[in-house]
Order: sequence, then C-alpha cells, then structure tokens
Amino acid sequence: MSLPATPPQTIGPFFHMGLDVPGTERLVPAGHPGAVRIEGRVLDGAGDPVIDALIEVWDSEGGRFGRCATDAEGRYHFLAVKPSGRPAEGTPSQAPHLHVTVFARGLLDHLVTRIYFPDEEAANAADPVLALIADPRARATLVARAEAESLRFDIHLQGEQETVFFAC
Amino acid sequence: MTTMEQVSLASDRPPYLYPPYRSTVLRAPQRPLILLPQILARVAGPVFGDGQVGPLDHDLTRQHPGEPLGERIIVTGRLLDGDGRPVRNALIEVWQTNAAGRYAHTRDQHPAPLDPNFTGAGRCLTDGEGRYRFVTIKPGAYPWKNHPNAWRPAHIHFSVFGTAFIHRLVTQMYFPGDPLLDHDPILQSIPSEAARTRLVSTFDLGVTQPEWALGYRWDIVLRGPRETPMEA
Repeated sequence: MSLPATPPQTIGPFFHMGLDVPGTERLVPAGHPGAVRIEGRVLDGAGDPVIDALIEVWDSEGGRFGRCATDAEGRYHFLAVKPSGRPAEGTPSQAPHLHVTVFARGLLDHLVTRIYFPDEEAANAADPVLALIADPRARATLVARAEAESLRFDIHLQGEQETVFFAC
Repeated sequence: MTTMEQVSLASDRPPYLYPPYRSTVLRAPQRPLILLPQILARVAGPVFGDGQVGPLDHDLTRQHPGEPLGERIIVTGRLLDGDGRPVRNALIEVWQTNAAGRYAHTRDQHPAPLDPNFTGAGRCLTDGEGRYRFVTIKPGAYPWKNHPNAWRPAHIHFSVFGTAFIHRLVTQMYFPGDPLLDHDPILQSIPSEAARTRLVSTFDLGVTQPEWALGYRWDIVLRGPRETPMEA
C-alpha cells in the first residue's frame, strides 16, 4: 500500500505563537564541552532580512535538536557541538555537519541545507554530499565561516550568494 | 552519480515560486535543488517525549480562566507513513486564529477582537495507533494584503515530526465547504486538485459529541522515500 503524502503549506508569519519556545536554540547547555555558537542571518533575493523565518538544526549523530526564529534583523543563533563525523551504520563516511531546515512566510515548502565546519578542510574535500556540488562558490555556501567567538552561517534564499538547498 | 539535477516537483507539492502568492517571489530559491542520494537522505529525525507535552496542551479551550468564544470543535485523525503504518509518539504542534480571525500575535494587525480566553496554540503526541486529538475553537477567516480583497480561508497550522528527517511537515488544515478555498493562492499553489483535497478536513458526526462540540477528521500522511530512481 502506498498512500499519497499530505502536501506542505507555508509556515506563515505567525508561527511564533505555536513553535517559538525560548531556550530551544540551545542544542547543548551553556558551558557544554566543545559548545560553539553558530549564528547567521536569513536574507531574501533583495538582500533584505527575512524576519519571519524559523530555522531548525538537527545533529543526527548526537541526537540533538534546536529551533530558532529569526529576529527583526533576520538573525538566528544556536549553541551546538561539532559532530565527530562518525558515519551512521550502512552509510558512507561524511564530514561533520548539521542538518538545517528553513521555514518562512513565502516558502510553500521548507528548505533543507547543511552546515559544514571550516576547520575540517580535508574531511570537507572528501565529503560525498559536498562533492555533488560542481561550483566551488556554491559549495562554499555550506561551510560556516570562523569568527572570533562563533561560526557564521548566513542563509541566502536567492541571488548571487544563494545557499545550496537539497531535495531529499 | 549525477551532479546537479533539476528536481521535478510532483504535482502534489507546491512549487517554491508561485507568483500569485506574492511572498514567494523574493524567497523561492532560483537554483535547482541538489538531489541527495537516497542512502544519505535516510537520516533519522528528532524524538520527542512526554516531557515536552503537558496534559492539557491538546485542549486550546482550557488554557485560560474562562471559556473562549466561538464554535467548539474536536479535530482528530491519524498520522501515517507512506505505507499506511501509524506513526506513534510523534510531536504535533498547532496554532490558529481565534473565532474572529485574529491571531494572538503582536504582528497581526487585523482589526478583529482578541479573545482573552484564547491563545490558539497547542501540542500533543500521537498515541499507540498514531492518533492525535485537539479540542479547540473553529478559527475565523481573515484578510491579508497579498492582493486586493484577499482573505485566507479558516485554517489550523500543523507542524509534524515523523521518525525520519525527511518526514518533517509543516502544513495547514482547512474546513470543508469553505467558499474561500477556491480563492486562496496558498492552497491553490498545489497543482493537483486531489492533493489540495487532502488538506481539507471532513466533518464527522462520529467524532461530534452531542450537546458539546462538532467533530472534524483529518489524517496526515508523511512522505515516503523518493520514488524516482537516483540514476535512470
């Protein structure tokens, strides 16, 4: 038996009342060993901040989930740890990464992307998913940028710097 | 292995770009999505437990000292995977307007009254048979600025986690017989009429409780693994 799937619809601009629970942007508690702040902005095709996006981050290796709504400047942030990159059973080796889901008003279906880590050059170069992306500039949109005390991962929905999104 | 592959969206999913829904124009990605090989797309999803859900979280009519205004309803159904198997212990979150069509949200400027006894947010976990059940108030239609005289049909927003990462679903449930359904670009963005119908709940006298609340039934089916082969 195969049942047709229920179609998606946009999350709309008012999801905060149902989904925005304070504290859920922390995948690990403050002070957790190896905890890293990942922050960024969500921008539309005009370069304007997307102030009503919801970002979810899933560390499938550590079983850690986080959720953050963007603020009035389109900013979001998470506290996470870098996974080790240990492959799940039966899957090829991959560079450490976090799964990212993007919802927003104006997105009729959610978008899926990945955050890779800038200090994993060798692993990133051998990663089978990054290898699917021919254009090195597009590939670079998936690698967070190291800043003084955090990692930056901006999400461009459109335009020159458009983030690579996946179908799965 | 293919490198960049245009993903053809099935007719039962909305496209990202659908200009009649104006907000898609600057937000829809313009480059083709990268198709993940199935073996890498099969990632388990987050698991939630009883700790995330309070005993009354499924009843949106009992979150304040008084009873909300409006038509009391029960919304229930089953969460199923693509093979028709129940998805158990899955987190379902909902949010909606009050009976007057107003969200309890600071950015909602619709000049309809707020109801001090209604917030409009709830959550529950599916039971051993994949069933969920909410008690709430029938939401109202409301105007929006997408086009002249634009009105959203009454709807309840649903956020659903299954067992796999690809199961994640955010959607909206509509009510049968609503004359606004045909005029709503968000619903009409789904190309197939059969697929649009799957977002419309069914009035059910069996779910309806005498002298108390009308019942609506709505089953949710999560995506299965992609059907098209990776390499043709």
